[in-house]
Amino acid sequence: MFGLGKRDLTLFLIVAVMALFAPFILNPFPTDSGMAQFNAGYPDLMQRFVIFGILAIGFNILFGLTGYLSFGHAAFLGVGSYAAVWMFKLLSMNVIPAILLSMIVSGLFAVVIGYVSLRRSGIYFSILTLAFAQMSYNLAYSVLTPITNGETGLQITLDDPRILGVSATADGGIPVTNLFGLEMRSFETLNIGPWAFQFSVGYYVAAVIMLISFYIAIRIFRSPFGMMLRAIKSNQNRLYYTGLNARPYTLAAFVISGMYAGLAGGLLACMDPLAGAERMQWTASGEVVLMTILGGAGTLIGPVLGAGFIKYFENIFSKINDQVVHGWVSFLPDGLEDLVVALIHPFVGKGWHLTLGLMFMLIVIFLPGGLVEGGQRISRRLRRKPAEDDAKSASTEPAE
Amino acid sequence: MDAIILQILNGLDKGSAYALIALGLTLIFGTLGVVNFAHGALFMIGAFCAVTLNRLLTLSHQVVDETRTDFLGNPLKVDVPYMQDIFGEATGAAIIDWSVPLAILFSIPIMIGFGVIMERGLIKHFYKRPHADQILVTFGLAIVLQEVIKQIFGANPIPTPAPDVFRGSFDFGTMLGFDPNVIIYPYWRLVYFGFAAIIIGAVFAFLQFTTFGMVVRAGMADRETVGLLGINIDRRFTIMFGLAAAVAGLAGVMYAPINSPNYHMGMDFLVLSFVVVVVGGMGSLPGAVLAGFLLGILESFASMNQIKSILPGIDQIIIYLVAIIILLTRPRGLMGRKGVMED
Repeated sequence: MFGLGKRDLTLFLIVAVMALFAPFILNPFPTDSGMAQFNAGYPDLMQRFVIFGILAIGFNILFGLTGYLSFGHAAFLGVGSYAAVWMFKLLSMNVIPAILLSMIVSGLFAVVIGYVSLRRSGIYFSILTLAFAQMSYNLAYSVLTPITNGETGLQITLDDPRILGVSATADGGIPVTNLFGLEMRSFETLNIGPWAFQFSVGYYVAAVIMLISFYIAIRIFRSPFGMMLRAIKSNQNRLYYTGLNARPYTLAAFVISGMYAGLAGGLLACMDPLAGAERMQWTASGEVVLMTILGGAGTLIGPVLGAGFIKYFENIFSKINDQVVHGWVSFLPDGLEDLVVALIHPFVGKGWHLTLGLMFMLIVIFLPGGLVEGGQRISRRLRRKPAEDDAKSASTEPAE
Repeated sequence: MDAIILQILNGLDKGSAYALIALGLTLIFGTLGVVNFAHGALFMIGAFCAVTLNRLLTLSHQVVDETRTDFLGNPLKVDVPYMQDIFGEATGAAIIDWSVPLAILFSIPIMIGFGVIMERGLIKHFYKRPHADQILVTFGLAIVLQEVIKQIFGANPIPTPAPDVFRGSFDFGTMLGFDPNVIIYPYWRLVYFGFAAIIIGAVFAFLQFTTFGMVVRAGMADRETVGLLGINIDRRFTIMFGLAAAVAGLAGVMYAPINSPNYHMGMDFLVLSFVVVVVGGMGSLPGAVLAGFLLGILESFASMNQIKSILPGIDQIIIYLVAIIILLTRPRGLMGRKGVMED
């Protein structure tokens, strides 16, 4: 079905079902319970899950398939956001033209950057993309202020033209982003017992787009084109020896990946019509890399998992403060309680980045294949166990 | 003419910092073949060594000064640093005043130790892994170091003054026969440049004129053969890693008075230093130094008002632009060796 193999179809359907029922799945704790802070089923966070999922899926097409490590992907995210906000300012608050323009603009941007950067490979490529991204970031803050509005960030205002829409709503407010009248920020709340499930329009629009992007990514992975990209990763020289020019393929992968990032940036702007240069900073690029690695580069589902994982923990960890930790360990004697809180303190709340950095290192050191590989190792071990009970010592992991 | 000299001078201190960091990066790359994204963090840790020493030296206790009173008529309590108790008032004050230069001595063992631990504990396991993994793990390490420093010292820049003698500026123009008040240059920047020149010279002399340096150079050229000759090249490369960390740390220590240390200063310099290394040529030590000064000076020229009025924003992007042009026209960089990183 849909031109997918059986396993891919199962995977796709699982992702689709998960995405559609996310408001239930991510909301397992009743609203009045102490665990409610671990719920992720509210629109803002769910939107970020799927949008960064798109970004990571796109990054994976480049890094996972061709092995080219781009350290400047956040630039496309930023460009996409700016393009979308400009569309809201000039044309209308409908999200469709905004998303289309953000993809086109970031695609063009990717053609230029890719054409130059892909002349080199390996570390040089990483540094070139990093240089381009930093350049865009610096420019967005300085010379391009008329387009980007500098440090304040680009916002929609009451006196924007909006040719096909209205500059201001009837009651004089700023119009909101919508899809043919469906407002992105509107949501329905469904109360079942102590649970409150929120269904947001913005989330479902983003989720549907994520599913489409995921489907396209699967098709690319399974296509002859994807095979070619994998060939580039395993041995580019041999490809040249056989008389094939690899560069058009890598450029195509780079542009596709850049358009995915632009799409994600455009969607971010659709959910909250604001674009700032900090989205282009190189730490943001690093975050994309981390998502992909954490989930498992080169696998289909990995990047989506990684994006969800990071965004969830970013949100939850930064919400935990000392009082919450005190609440958890209150059963301990006072002195010990303070000690435990003091030990946990650097890693939660504002210290989230420390946890992120540690996680990054641990993943790269011990699990280079990411969560997907971890899952595979565990399942392999479980499956093998009954057969090899007597030969346990033989089933040690290969040395790293 | 005077404007040109002023811009060259202005570029020197930043160029010195770039050159020192890029030198360390190239040392690590040339010996161990590892791309160290945590090198900027080492620079930052150096700067915070200066901050720490300054804080240690100014540790003080309160003493009631009977001769002075506050506005209520009570005897005034004065903070007296322990240094003044130990060494007497004048010497103690002088030691505190000279805390940044003293931090050089303080930081060398710390940075070498740090570098050696980092190499043995982490980098060692990544020799056989792809460059992407090396980049990623050192990137993670850089985040961790940066956040640890942020936890300890806070997010705000910490002013760390230079010794009193070197504070302020002097009229460099009059020495060269220009009109007074045209070329005003802070003392400390000149000190920084001189210091950088000494360190760079010392590293080159060490590699060129000592037996140890000779072995290291041989190892850079052909690691396997040197190993087969019965020389423990790994241990020497570990020491070189410590040395490179020390060079970055010293660059940071002396940079503290120029720019108050904050936790993200390393990252700011790292990106530029990588660009410097690439422009100079991966694995070439003279190339790294040359490109460091060149880009520092170019950057300061680009921030001249006359140039900015023709090409607005050029000061923000000049370094990246040069790097892109160099990489496309001379892929090995200015002085890159053949066969380095060409997989």
